[in-house]
Amino acid sequence: MNILSRGLLALASLLLILTYFLPLWRIELVAPQYPEGLRMFIWVNRITGGTEFDLYNINLLNHYIGMKPIEPEAIPELKILPFIIGFLIAFGLLSAILGKRVLLYAWVITFVLLGVAGLADFYKWGYDYGHNLNPNAPIKIPGLAYQPPLIGTKQLLNMLASSFPDVGGYIAVVSLFLGFLAIAIDLRFSETGKAEVKPA
Amino acid sequence: MLGKKKVLLGGLSALVVGSLLAGCPPKKEALKTSAVGTDAASKVYVPPGKHDEFYVFFSGGFNGQVTVYGIPSGRILKVIKVFSVDPETGYGFTPETRPMLMTSHGFIPWDDTHHPWLSQTNGEHDGRWLFINANNTPRIARIDLTTFETTEIIEIPNSAGNHPSPYGTENTEYVVAGTRFSVPVPQKDVPIDSYAQNFKGTISFIKANEPGKMDVAFQILMPGFNYDLARCGRGPSHGWCFFTSYNTEQAHTLLEINASKNDKDYIAAINWKRAEECLSQGRFQEVPAVYYHNYYDEKKHMAVSEVKKSVKMINPKDCPGVAYLLPTPKSPHGVDVSDDGEYIVGGGKLATVIPIHSFSKMLKAIEQKAFEKEIDGVPVLKYDAVLHCEVEKPCLGPLHTEFDGKGFAYTSCFVSSEVVKYDYKGCKVVDRVPTYYSVGHLLIPGGDTKKPYGKYLVAMNKITKDRQLPVGPELLQSAQLYDISGEKMQLIHEFFTIGEPHYAQAIPADKIKDKIKKIYPLAENEHPYAVKAEKDARVERKGNEVHVYMTMIRSHFVPDNIEGIRVGDTVYFHVTNLEQDWDIPHGFAVKGSEEAEILVMPGQTKTLVWKPKAPGVYPFYCTDFCSALHQEMQGYVRVSPAGSNVPLRYYTGTPTTQK
Repeated sequence: MNILSRGLLALASLLLILTYFLPLWRIELVAPQYPEGLRMFIWVNRITGGTEFDLYNINLLNHYIGMKPIEPEAIPELKILPFIIGFLIAFGLLSAILGKRVLLYAWVITFVLLGVAGLADFYKWGYDYGHNLNPNAPIKIPGLAYQPPLIGTKQLLNMLASSFPDVGGYIAVVSLFLGFLAIAIDLRFSETGKAEVKPA
Repeated sequence: MLGKKKVLLGGLSALVVGSLLAGCPPKKEALKTSAVGTDAASKVYVPPGKHDEFYVFFSGGFNGQVTVYGIPSGRILKVIKVFSVDPETGYGFTPETRPMLMTSHGFIPWDDTHHPWLSQTNGEHDGRWLFINANNTPRIARIDLTTFETTEIIEIPNSAGNHPSPYGTENTEYVVAGTRFSVPVPQKDVPIDSYAQNFKGTISFIKANEPGKMDVAFQILMPGFNYDLARCGRGPSHGWCFFTSYNTEQAHTLLEINASKNDKDYIAAINWKRAEECLSQGRFQEVPAVYYHNYYDEKKHMAVSEVKKSVKMINPKDCPGVAYLLPTPKSPHGVDVSDDGEYIVGGGKLATVIPIHSFSKMLKAIEQKAFEKEIDGVPVLKYDAVLHCEVEKPCLGPLHTEFDGKGFAYTSCFVSSEVVKYDYKGCKVVDRVPTYYSVGHLLIPGGDTKKPYGKYLVAMNKITKDRQLPVGPELLQSAQLYDISGEKMQLIHEFFTIGEPHYAQAIPADKIKDKIKKIYPLAENEHPYAVKAEKDARVERKGNEVHVYMTMIRSHFVPDNIEGIRVGDTVYFHVTNLEQDWDIPHGFAVKGSEEAEILVMPGQTKTLVWKPKAPGVYPFYCTDFCSALHQEMQGYVRVSPAGSNVPLRYYTGTPTTQK
């Protein structure tokens, strides 16, 4: 690795520290009777509402369709995720210090795999909330599930549900992008380096 | 006989109007049409979903309430219950709110509200509170502008007909109360024709700047006149309040004639800073008096009453400089201080001129002892020494004045049904516009502050025949909205008001709307009977009292089945609304309730008291359409005969029996 790639990798790792302080993902519900919207933010270690009472109110509405209440304390991923990100930060910083090219590749691949695993896990939770409904729910519509979109916007009964990364999520994307950039720069630098040693 | 008299009076007043308005009697057609400009609609159109520019608070007169409208649209926003019980929310019925309406005369569920007054800081509206008077059984209420609910009421002792009230000082140090009817002070059994010798007036200053601590700070014993309206000074005149009086003749019967004899009555000028000095020097008497102070605690969701036993009374004889009388023609109603604090405009309802006093001249006259005489220890200043000018031929029956901040005053004229605009320094009428009909007070947003907004004027009309679809002998009063931003006043809108609005106050919406409370946080609910989780809901018997600790949330009650109630029991449904979402109250009503329903706001606890009279099964239900399953939000109470031993049992879903 050249010095620029090492710097980018270090920066990418340090950027991830911000994800502890900013939400990764947001889910928003808007309906005629909720013009102000109900919001839910997913952080590395917790789920919060847009206001103090949004989660309470989302759960209150969910009971009509028999959706399980969202209880952040009961979601094990939120206990593990801080360590996973911590690992990525430590791994990235260590790789930047050691400067071994293989470590840079390993970091980016690990990041991509963890990201895919994270999204898959998020999809699984969404699927479970949306499909695994209380058979005694007051409102039952045959064939309709209430799974929120993984990314995007979807009409669920009267609610327009949208799911998008939030600031923390975009920072993670930027961090990964910096990882790829580090690889690209490293490759280019080593090629021109080779060219230079060629005899004229 | 009566008919003849009316015709005569009518003819006479038309003649006077004619001569006053330089031989130009209004044509019948001019009275009928409203002369609205073609662009009027666009000036008042607020599209659906958009907000109005100003909140307006109208007094409800004989309904004891306050009605809130938006202008310019004239859309109604809320009816605030103040001195009247409300079967819709349970105000005045529930044990939590009954103390609010307690007085030394007992529980009084009605009054006559006349003058709303918005709290001020540094002479400008601050959007914290609205105060309003009870005219009949003298009281002053505080309305909290985060909830638009009545949170405090204080009774005024030694007063009768709390009319010049509750105008306040520029930092809301005090709101004032004056007695409309002079009475024996303290009350006693005397012949009515001993009025001149036994009857006295009082003017009260009520400490108002701390919620929960309203108190009659002091009273001033005044000559036995009728005190009518008031206004406190600002800027240079801060420290003074002014009160109009009529019946300086001290008549006690047929006042229509007997109190209309004097060419001049008085504006009483009270120096409350001087009164504070006298209080600190001990120049007052502690007079026994029984009066109530009631306060609603928003965290306990509960009102409490305290009974006060005495009041500090200042006799002007013992505290020179505390009160002066300014001669003012004739039976003055309004007494209004200009935005710069210098001019005091009297509205002599039987006068043919509008007298304008000068505050600085008044101070000078006091200094030079330009006194005409003294009444009960109160010096009467010489009219010419305090007068700035008289506005000549303004209109008939000038009542009340507000200011636009641009050097103009606007006075309502009851008899000639119009508003006149004049330059109050130059003493010259510049415009006039008809009202439909018989205007009482008028309002300019901020028109009683240091910084009037000067854009709109609202006329509050007493009589509205032919202005709306007829609905029987009684018609609503009207509010007419005028654009006063230009040189000429222009009528742009008309809407109808509830009760008999006497006065109104308006404030820019931006000063309030972001401070509005949307819910009561459940975590802060300190009501002694609140239950904050369904698992804590329960029913407890204490002798003949049964306390139901109930919760409500979309779309069920916990418990929704209750058994073991007996005829002869008093059942207290203490119902907590577990919702924490704006605009989601739930109602609670039970069959055969002799009182009200209760409408419980999110996070609030209220109690409905119910005494079942016969065995049976009684339904209760939610009355406020709350959700798709609102109709399913219901339950049953089983009532067994007196003395039966049906066990107490309650549940929602899975039955459980009380341990």
